[in-house]
Amino acid sequence: MTFLRDKLFPVTTVLLIILALWYLLAIFLNAPFERDQAQRSGTQLSTSQLIANTMHQERPVLPAPHQVAEEIRKTVFDVRPTSKRSLVYHGGVTLSSTLLGFVMGTLLGILLAVGIVHSRTLDKSLMPWIIASQTIPILAVAPMIIVVLNAVGMTGLLPKAMISTYLSFFPVAVGMVKGLRSPEIMHLDLMRTYSASASQVFWKLRWPAALPYLFTSMKIAVAISLVGAIVGELPTGAVAGLGARLLAGSYYGQTVQIWAALIAASLMAAVLVALVGLAAHVVNRRMGLQASEARR
Amino acid sequence: MIKPLLLVIAVWLVAWFSVKSLAGLRLASPRGQRLVDIAIPILFGVWLLVLWELVVRAFGIPSVLLPAPSMIWARIISSVPTLWADFRQTYLKAVVAGYVLGCGSGFITAIIVDRVPFLRKGLLPIGNLVAALPVVGIAPIMVMWFGFDWPSKAAVVIIMTFFPMLVNTVAGLAASGHMESDLMRTYGSSYWQTLLKLRLPAAMPFIFNALKINSTLALIGAIVAEFFGTPIVGMGFRISAEIGRMNVDMVWAEIFVAALAGSLSYGLIALVERAVTFWHPSYRN
Repeated sequence: MTFLRDKLFPVTTVLLIILALWYLLAIFLNAPFERDQAQRSGTQLSTSQLIANTMHQERPVLPAPHQVAEEIRKTVFDVRPTSKRSLVYHGGVTLSSTLLGFVMGTLLGILLAVGIVHSRTLDKSLMPWIIASQTIPILAVAPMIIVVLNAVGMTGLLPKAMISTYLSFFPVAVGMVKGLRSPEIMHLDLMRTYSASASQVFWKLRWPAALPYLFTSMKIAVAISLVGAIVGELPTGAVAGLGARLLAGSYYGQTVQIWAALIAASLMAAVLVALVGLAAHVVNRRMGLQASEARR
Repeated sequence: MIKPLLLVIAVWLVAWFSVKSLAGLRLASPRGQRLVDIAIPILFGVWLLVLWELVVRAFGIPSVLLPAPSMIWARIISSVPTLWADFRQTYLKAVVAGYVLGCGSGFITAIIVDRVPFLRKGLLPIGNLVAALPVVGIAPIMVMWFGFDWPSKAAVVIIMTFFPMLVNTVAGLAASGHMESDLMRTYGSSYWQTLLKLRLPAAMPFIFNALKINSTLALIGAIVAEFFGTPIVGMGFRISAEIGRMNVDMVWAEIFVAALAGSLSYGLIALVERAVTFWHPSYRN
């Protein structure tokens, strides 16, 4: 009941308001074109006729929500998933490079964090550069990485995944350094009185303590991997993927197609983040963390 | 093949030991220790550049793949006017305008949202979701709406920076403790007094966090938006155009400018943060 009152009702209301605003904006933005058309053909448009027309333009300035939904339905269900016109096909291309990049980035981030926590040299020398690496707008390098790797003969999934890797390793590395250092001195001392070896301290104390941090960072990492994959698809000359769909749409003025790709990408991001959140929940539960603690 | 490899490994070992011995150094005076702590990453970076230069020369890597740092530096020196024009178009116009408007509107919306509990419950989950979405994708639409010049890039930056600011400020406004709020109530202070004297200062670490995140996001947004259409000036335009001509050193020069701008603005925000939130535990010794 509290869920209904505190979550569902306000969120739905705000969503409905956004939807209504979208329709209003669509009418407002698409009307000039209709007026122009009517003036040219010398006919008079009634207001209701005008509004009806703005809902069904071929290339609207802002497509109405139902047009986008229709486009998504058409490109998801009406065409074969293997066809180049299918949104499932393009989404699949983006998803595979997102996931590959996410996995590689997470592994790299964990490795770096383990190194940093265990070596004073790495901590002092590498950590500032890891942080500095993120003030660089790395997405700007994306096209270059793609084109250069293509020139050497590396095509397809890997170059795109490498951009996702670069973007996603950072939150994981920073989060894991924090997590691996989160055990209290008391616990570390206890391990020492047990005369535990370094690897035992790592696997029995540091790693379990770091897991909640890992999942929080992974949520950020998976979202940012998707952004990397989409931007990585831009310079390849619009071959395949949601990013290519965006670029092709902007070349040919297919606004409905752009919006469909955008909504698909957003849905994908939401699902990926939710999946990581679910995994975090399950793992934290099995490790005996209270629900209130787990929600960090 | 063996000789350059040995050379690279030798230099790498020297670099590693010099950094390691410096990192192992423990000085009695705190000031000296701080200097050492600053010197370590700088030394590491210098060795990285030396290794980069060495690897490129020793293995004869074609400059299309990876130009040597010296080559990039030569290119930067020789094309300062172009770089400056691009910087002005992308950074001084699009990024700064978008950043100020995006952060400002996000901040004001957060104050309104905080005042209306219903909005907070309804808008915040959506704001959290949007902060995770690939918002850069909005770029082609903005280019269609606002044309090729910088306003369309500023619009992308506004949308990208709005939600992190909104989410962080709302979280920050909830951060002040119950004790302090109760104290303010016993003083009989009004909503605005509590806001200005207690809750906004308490929210500052969160707000600066958003400002830092946004400083990188803004630059990314502006550059990526330029891939979708731009007048013949701008950092994103230069990057995509010079890649087409395989002038990779020019691309690296552009990246250097972007990195410099990104780091400097990040550093500037960090400095202001230090001055504003001097009371925060992370700055106390």
